[in-house]
Amino acid sequence: MSALANLRPRRRPGRRPRLGVWVQVAVLAGICALWVYPFLWLVSASLKGQLEVFTAGLDLVPEAWRWDNYGRAWDDAGFDGYLINSLIVTLGTVAIVVVRCALAGYVIARYRFVGKRPVVAILVATLFVPVGYTIIPVVELSDQLGLLNSRLGMILALSGGGQVAAVLLYAGYFSRIPRDLEDAAVMDGAGFLQVFRGVMLPLAGPVTATVSVLTFLAAWNNFFVPLVFTFSRPELRTLSVGMLAFRGEQSTDWSGLAAAATISLLPVVLLFAFLQRYFIEGVAGAVKS
Amino acid sequence: MSTPTTSPLPAGASRGTRRPAGPRPLAGRLWDDRWIYLFLLPTAILYTLYTLWPIAASYWYSLLDWNGFSRDRAFVGLANYRAALDDPLFWQAFRQTFLFMVVTVPIRVALALAAAVALNNPRLPFATLFRTALFLPVVTTTAIVGVVMGFIFDPVGGPVNLLLLRAGLVERAVNFLGDSDSALWTVMGVHVWKWLGVTLVYWLAALQTVSEDVYEAARVDGANGWRVFRDITLPLLKPFTVIIVLLTAVDTLQVFDLVLTMTNGGPFFSTEVVETYIYRQAFAATIPRLGYASALAVIFGLATLLLALGQAGGLRWARRAREAG
Repeated sequence: MSALANLRPRRRPGRRPRLGVWVQVAVLAGICALWVYPFLWLVSASLKGQLEVFTAGLDLVPEAWRWDNYGRAWDDAGFDGYLINSLIVTLGTVAIVVVRCALAGYVIARYRFVGKRPVVAILVATLFVPVGYTIIPVVELSDQLGLLNSRLGMILALSGGGQVAAVLLYAGYFSRIPRDLEDAAVMDGAGFLQVFRGVMLPLAGPVTATVSVLTFLAAWNNFFVPLVFTFSRPELRTLSVGMLAFRGEQSTDWSGLAAAATISLLPVVLLFAFLQRYFIEGVAGAVKS
Repeated sequence: MSTPTTSPLPAGASRGTRRPAGPRPLAGRLWDDRWIYLFLLPTAILYTLYTLWPIAASYWYSLLDWNGFSRDRAFVGLANYRAALDDPLFWQAFRQTFLFMVVTVPIRVALALAAAVALNNPRLPFATLFRTALFLPVVTTTAIVGVVMGFIFDPVGGPVNLLLLRAGLVERAVNFLGDSDSALWTVMGVHVWKWLGVTLVYWLAALQTVSEDVYEAARVDGANGWRVFRDITLPLLKPFTVIIVLLTAVDTLQVFDLVLTMTNGGPFFSTEVVETYIYRQAFAATIPRLGYASALAVIFGLATLLLALGQAGGLRWARRAREAG
């Protein structure tokens, strides 16, 4: 194919001129500048003086670099604690989701057992349930289990419900692994657990990466669950809830708020920068399947 | 030891076991498969507690008059549903949720398709950089973006108004989020900006199924860009269009974070959507109305279910179309 492509003449009458491509580049560059502008404005505002944000709002380069905004957000507004809460809740959620979805996906993909049909049917039927629908009973349940107003309660609420897509992702991957590998391990005397841990799970590395990255994103960015779980314990707020509270208390401190927002967005943007492939593949998977 | 299936088929598709002929007692089979059930246990417990029970409980709660504080819950039958049907604010929220969908879905799908076709050109320089820029808002925390957008659209010091004033496009600053005529449209605009990247990646995945050779052949035949798009790309993308429209539509049902942080449903309920209204009844009211909020949630859940059924039907249709095509 590529050999054929190389043979095509360099210029043919009627072919689009190179100029057209550069016009496209210019248009796209303009659109992309518009797309990232809010983030540039945010970072710039986080380094400006409190008055400068209002008077020189369009200049992206601050007059003097005011790092003390970050100190204010970090110490006074409590974003050091919020960051730790977000990290604990997010990592806890990712760990539970990966373990439980890998286990369930594995047996659903490779074994027949009594009750398999109903299990799969229930999972698929509840593939999409909006949060607004389940939140009231989830809060009530957590309250009765003594898990409301706790990080563990948030982790369980985020990792316990839904996640059907992750189960199906694992199931789809495990079902494509050839039998020979498993047979060889069984021949060597490996039991059920050894086959899973020694052969299957390591092979599913790419799925684990995709599930981890997508779950991290969803948990880090979640707002509804931490909002209703921290009403009476402000010190347990995650970054997204802390941001709303900060605005309620300090609505005129724009540069402090911008610094707080930058602190909150930076981890997930960095993660995206380094693991972009998994983000894109995870999202694209929805269409391909 | 349990018996693995022979065929490496996807979940739920495998049929027939390799068990030796002759019936085995059920208890024995369950004991043989104990590892399987142990593997399913974490998901079974968590899923029952956090998804299945809430779905069932919502129906039960919706029949109660219950404020959440006291233990006494009075059974009131369908009174909550009757109240919901007569609640003009609920219907306004319902209408606005629906309007949100009908306005933003076509814009997102069309804009993302245009961008995807441009970015799919292998000769386009910086294509990956452009894709990254358009996808960036997707990964950011919606609640924080909502707060930041409050400042971006601020009538006093927000950059949008500063720019409009400097360019002479408006004479006085526009109160985008404080005016009930413009607030919903502004939130919709931010929603499109925030989530366009997802639809873009859907389209790029769809475009990748079209072989580059098809385009080359068309170009050799002298077809220009627009004709290639209309006569080749578009027909080949048809089966994907249904899936992408539905996936995009499902997204718009979850605008709680953005609405609550940008406008909190206001001004005068002009940006209230179903999820923020449920939240207000259940958690933000001085006297919570958990029973009433549950009834609203059940109605909303049923409406979503209709959409999901549409999705399932659409997927089946698309699969058939792809196989036929």
